[in-house]
Amino acid sequence: MTTATPQQPVLRLQNLTRVHGSGATEVHALRGIDLDVHPGELVAVMGPSGSGKSTLLTIAGGLDSPTSGRVIVEDTDITAASPKELAALRRRSIGYVFQDYNLIPALTAAENVALPRELDGVSARKARAEALAALAEMDLGHLAERFPDEMSGGQQQRVAIARALVGDRRLVLADEPTGALDSETGESVLALLRSRCDAGAAGVLVTHEPRFAAWADRVVFLRDGSVVDQTVRSEADSLLTGRAAQR
Amino acid sequence: MSIRHGLLALLERGPRYGSQLRTEFESRTGATWPLNVGQVYTTLNRLERDGMVAQDGEDEAGHALYAITDNGRAELRDWFENPVDRTSPARDELAIKLAMAVGAPGVDIRDVIQSQRRHTVKAMQDYTRLKAQAITAVEKAVADHGAEERDDVAWLLVLEQLIFQTEAEARWLDHCEARLIRLSAAAAASRTEPPPEGGSPAVTPRTRSTARSS
Repeated sequence: MTTATPQQPVLRLQNLTRVHGSGATEVHALRGIDLDVHPGELVAVMGPSGSGKSTLLTIAGGLDSPTSGRVIVEDTDITAASPKELAALRRRSIGYVFQDYNLIPALTAAENVALPRELDGVSARKARAEALAALAEMDLGHLAERFPDEMSGGQQQRVAIARALVGDRRLVLADEPTGALDSETGESVLALLRSRCDAGAAGVLVTHEPRFAAWADRVVFLRDGSVVDQTVRSEADSLLTGRAAQR
Repeated sequence: MSIRHGLLALLERGPRYGSQLRTEFESRTGATWPLNVGQVYTTLNRLERDGMVAQDGEDEAGHALYAITDNGRAELRDWFENPVDRTSPARDELAIKLAMAVGAPGVDIRDVIQSQRRHTVKAMQDYTRLKAQAITAVEKAVADHGAEERDDVAWLLVLEQLIFQTEAEARWLDHCEARLIRLSAAAAASRTEPPPEGGSPAVTPRTRSTARSS
């Protein structure tokens, strides 16, 4: 497992619970979730609808608060942060990718990617340079001056990933990022997410598609708000070749 | 069946000897279905008996070479032209296991489903990683010499087949689980009817836990 990983986790969820409502109508959306996500790791969360996977992601990103438990992002406990600190942390440390891309329609791809850096207080010029660099690094340089409605869904989603990880951001939370895409485009979005994690980012991917979850290092199965199971991929070398060697 | 036709397809590109056929078969299919030399020679003997291949001398190193015959070519063309039969499905151990798990004493079918799902998704993770490597190899070959390597492309296709197959299995397992939950919820509801005048509280958690233990 990941116990031998030398680096600190980028995201730690500790004994996280979330209860909606109270009394007879109480619903336990999360029941004591523990999860660490390290730099370089892509974790997929799977489970039937109602299993709590989207709740987990919104709480991990500070968009919702847990009933109990802690969420630690880059060594800061966001559940204990003031609203102002939380806003800053959300902006600086956490990138989101949603099913419906969420790019700002009036801004070009480069401007969309530059925006979080400008909000960080970086000069417009530097922010733009960083945005162009981020786009180029992901082979999206040719899209820099396009507006969202001039891009395909897959292109918009790739730009959204660039925006999520611009600057020194290294946590990306993706909620069904392939949901609106055909399967081949979905694959290319996952391949990009995978390569960003290989380059050192930490990613959490919520999906109900096993084929997309299969890009992850670890797949966590949620049922009724609890982690019931998880997988860790094996070293590729031991796979089919291993079987071939057994004959 | 497939080994036979696989060997014919390789022999159509020119005479070959046994262990060479084995190597080529495996590099096409990424050793997904390993062959041993014994199987190759048994198959060659049968093909020879059926007039589809003939011995064709020896190479410099003294390996006995086999060549495809006209009959063999006709058989091969036939194989490519006709679909693989899916109407008499092979026995599927997982389907049999789940069928047997329905109502089996002391067996929680949801646990059976989950342990299979973990295994299947893990296999998909592994295949997906191999696929990413295979894509890199294909793209590199195109960039380096402007053409893809036949073996890399073949291996990629085989890997994607494995991914699609495991994906279908994972989806089917999800479906089985959802169906079982619905059925036991419906059964529980029909036991506790007559239908509601007021709502009975706490019905949600209760239905859930019955669904799980059934």
